[in-house]
Amino acid sequence: MANTQSMCTSFMGQLLTATHNFGTAPTRGTSAADTFKAALYTTTASPAINAATTAYSATGEVSGTGYTAGGVTVTNATAPTSTNSSSTAGVAYWTPSANLVYTTVTLTTAFDTVLIYNSSQSNAAVSVHTFGSQTITAGTFTLTMPSNTTSTALLRLSTT
Amino acid sequence: MIVTTTKGDMDDSLLEKKEGSIDNDIEYTTWTEYWLDGELVHRSAHVTLKTSPFSDLVAATFG
Repeated sequence: MANTQSMCTSFMGQLLTATHNFGTAPTRGTSAADTFKAALYTTTASPAINAATTAYSATGEVSGTGYTAGGVTVTNATAPTSTNSSSTAGVAYWTPSANLVYTTVTLTTAFDTVLIYNSSQSNAAVSVHTFGSQTITAGTFTLTMPSNTTSTALLRLSTT
Repeated sequence: MIVTTTKGDMDDSLLEKKEGSIDNDIEYTTWTEYWLDGELVHRSAHVTLKTSPFSDLVAATFG
């Protein structure tokens, strides 16, 4: 079989576990798992929460009874997975192992965004997920996680 | 059934219940509201996302 150009699928999986560090002065060295959190943002957050977001900020975050600034801790019991689909393509993926649940909160300002971030690494932003505008009154807001597969996982890195 | 409300825990027989859902390419969302004398006293929502961020990585070609 001929050689083919591709990003190595194993590398994509290792990106999700910080095996590689291309910085010129790497400083990170730990065997402890990072803690990830999920914060909710209002529909009018300014600056907007998007691909340019670099870290968690309380600016634009929801506030209300029962909600703690910074959001909830993401349950992470399943390590990232990487799977080849061919000699030139593959997917590395990860999904929290439990739903994100904000129990008995009152959030009267409409919100439509959750930011996943790494609270162990200076609150560095990971991903932004949007949905239809919501408010909660003395109730529970639940974000159900998708199935942890190559096509549906919450975070996916891919070569095609 | 006891429902948490802005007035404290209440039996749902005393409340008006409203439910709804959204089903589109982005999400499947359901919500439940309880009203007391025209006042919203409880609202919960359950969002299931159908799409997620997707990053495509590319190895550059030489030449």
